[in-house]
Amino acid sequence: MYKKYSIAFGAALAVSVAGVSGGAMAKVEGDTIILGSALSLTGKYSTNGFHTQKGYDFAVDRINSMGGVKVGGKSYKLAITYYDDESTPSRASQLTERLIQQDGVEYMLGPYSTTMTKAVAPVTEKFKVPMVEAEGASRSLFTQGYRYMFAVLSTSEYYLAPVLDIMADKAKAMGKNPADLRISMAFENDGFSLDVRAGVVEKAKEYGMKIVIDDKLPADLSDMSATLTKTKALKPDILLVSGHSKGAATAARQIEEMKIDVPLIAYTHCEAAKVQEKFPKSAQGVMCPTQWLSNLPKKDDYFGDAAKWNADFKRAYPEYKVVPYQTAQASAAVLVFKDAFERANSFDRDKVRDALAATDMETFYGDIKFAPEGNNIAKPMFYRQIQADASYKPIITHEDMVYPRKASY
Amino acid sequence: MLDNLQLLFVFAPVMNVQMILDGIFIGAVFALAAYGLALVWGVMNVKNLAQGDFVIMGGYLAFSLFNMGVGPIAALPIVAAVMFGFGWICYLLIIKRVIDNDMFVSLLATFGLSLFLQQVMNLIYGPEVQTIDSKFPILTMFDSFVTVPMAKVVSLLLAAGFAAIIIIFMKKSRTGQAIRATAQDARAARVLGINTDRIYAFTFSLNAAICGVAGVLVSIIWVLQPFYGIVYSLRTFAIVTAAGLGNLPAVIGVSFALGWVEQYAGIIMGAEWQIAAAVMVLIGVLVWRQIQLRRQRQVVR
Repeated sequence: MYKKYSIAFGAALAVSVAGVSGGAMAKVEGDTIILGSALSLTGKYSTNGFHTQKGYDFAVDRINSMGGVKVGGKSYKLAITYYDDESTPSRASQLTERLIQQDGVEYMLGPYSTTMTKAVAPVTEKFKVPMVEAEGASRSLFTQGYRYMFAVLSTSEYYLAPVLDIMADKAKAMGKNPADLRISMAFENDGFSLDVRAGVVEKAKEYGMKIVIDDKLPADLSDMSATLTKTKALKPDILLVSGHSKGAATAARQIEEMKIDVPLIAYTHCEAAKVQEKFPKSAQGVMCPTQWLSNLPKKDDYFGDAAKWNADFKRAYPEYKVVPYQTAQASAAVLVFKDAFERANSFDRDKVRDALAATDMETFYGDIKFAPEGNNIAKPMFYRQIQADASYKPIITHEDMVYPRKASY
Repeated sequence: MLDNLQLLFVFAPVMNVQMILDGIFIGAVFALAAYGLALVWGVMNVKNLAQGDFVIMGGYLAFSLFNMGVGPIAALPIVAAVMFGFGWICYLLIIKRVIDNDMFVSLLATFGLSLFLQQVMNLIYGPEVQTIDSKFPILTMFDSFVTVPMAKVVSLLLAAGFAAIIIIFMKKSRTGQAIRATAQDARAARVLGINTDRIYAFTFSLNAAICGVAGVLVSIIWVLQPFYGIVYSLRTFAIVTAAGLGNLPAVIGVSFALGWVEQYAGIIMGAEWQIAAAVMVLIGVLVWRQIQLRRQRQVVR
């Protein structure tokens, strides 16, 4: 019943909008620009959903307090309408439709995770609503020909593949042939991790490295000892694992338990899974990819450099001891929108979309410049290695890296 | 797959030692949860779909106690007691009302309970994976090729000890006898003065306590996540279906066998088949039983 009404109402709204103003009516109430976002505030993605929300809110507050967005000589404030998508993709797309059709939102901020972004993007695309997303990294999001979606973060194929670049350089420096390196890897059977895997496979082929173990982990597997036992027997040079936080936690626990001594280990989501705090012995020497570094020497007019954003955010939200990169990139997404509004100097959706496509800016989160597919090509992925003193050391070239890793089992 | 077999039997046969040991360790945990299910199923004819969630709940209780400074071994009796009480409450609130209805009602009710528990644990502990570092040492054998974490040995001993207590309890104590009598014929038991309602409540609570203990062991050797319960439910169902009700040696035997099947499937076919193997065992057993029972099947006239 309710749904019927909402469809009828939405259709009526769409007709009236199209009839009266030719689709150029923007969701600007008085002096406030309203952005919309369906975020996972309950359910299994809720932790990161909140990280994202705080990143958005922090940026909105900062931009508003520094004069807001200037369009056509007038200053506008930003506001965000949130809905909770309950970590369910179908709910996320329903709510996005609601935001656009009923609430009249014309500019969207992305949800959390690749899965949710995949559910939301077809809707924003259908209604030609520009969306800047900060939390969906999967390569497959950018092969669909979406024109209205832009992502500030590096895509999934850069999560682990560049580790092979660093390792190949290391091998050359040690007088070895990179093609002799052998890789053992385990990836969760989901869209994101399989995209990470695709990047690794491609890179391994490029160097002629041999993949000796290539396991896929089911979503609810809490035991990867089979993969690790094989790894032990085959003695590869590199061990790669990707399976979100739970994959990292399971890997860290069992690598420690089975005293795996592969010279180079890398997995995604190290910080989120707190592997250093929980498994300090096996974590030593582990390489962790990250979207952002809190001491990155990049800056913008609103947040200063990365360190200043980090410090200011912690002051605004004292419950954070370490700020996850998910929050930083959410703030960056809002900044991108603000910049696009000002350059478009209009609230026309297509003009804003074109301005977004032409984005080329430096932020505390790194450089942002979108490929025609919508992914950010200006910012690299960063790597850090966990040190004996529990710190994370940024690894730029192979010389920074401790190899082979020294685990203190 | 062939190179995995080659690895297993030609290049590194010592791997088998690790596989067999791991199979025993995880089989012991399965055996506990499966015995609890067999008990409830056999005595009350309730198929508890929340079995795995009871296990995870026990694990989270141990996790909470661990954060308060109680070690996992000391936590074991506390968790068992708390889960026993929780089982009693579940019985009074839910199971009691569905026990006389047909099978589907109890399936639905326990499925609902399972969803409820998952969401409550998600709200309290969050969706992140949690672990307990029990600080047990790790033994190595065969030039550190085979590792045996003491945590797993300890959990195996605890499981064995707990199972022994339950067996003696079921055989010797008055309540144990009453449970067995109720399982055989509830009406006759009532006639002979056994309060079957109380026995049902006790059995369900005992099951929750057993699951709680299994959960403590899971927290020592694996990781916890609010939505992991289903995997344990699945395994216990596979085990009980294969072993039959009220047959403790078979439950233990099948649990170890399932532990090994999972380990070997993981090695030979890849980790993505590890849990699928448990389900395939279940299907295989059902097909086999179907064929086996064909001869005895008769048309009801």
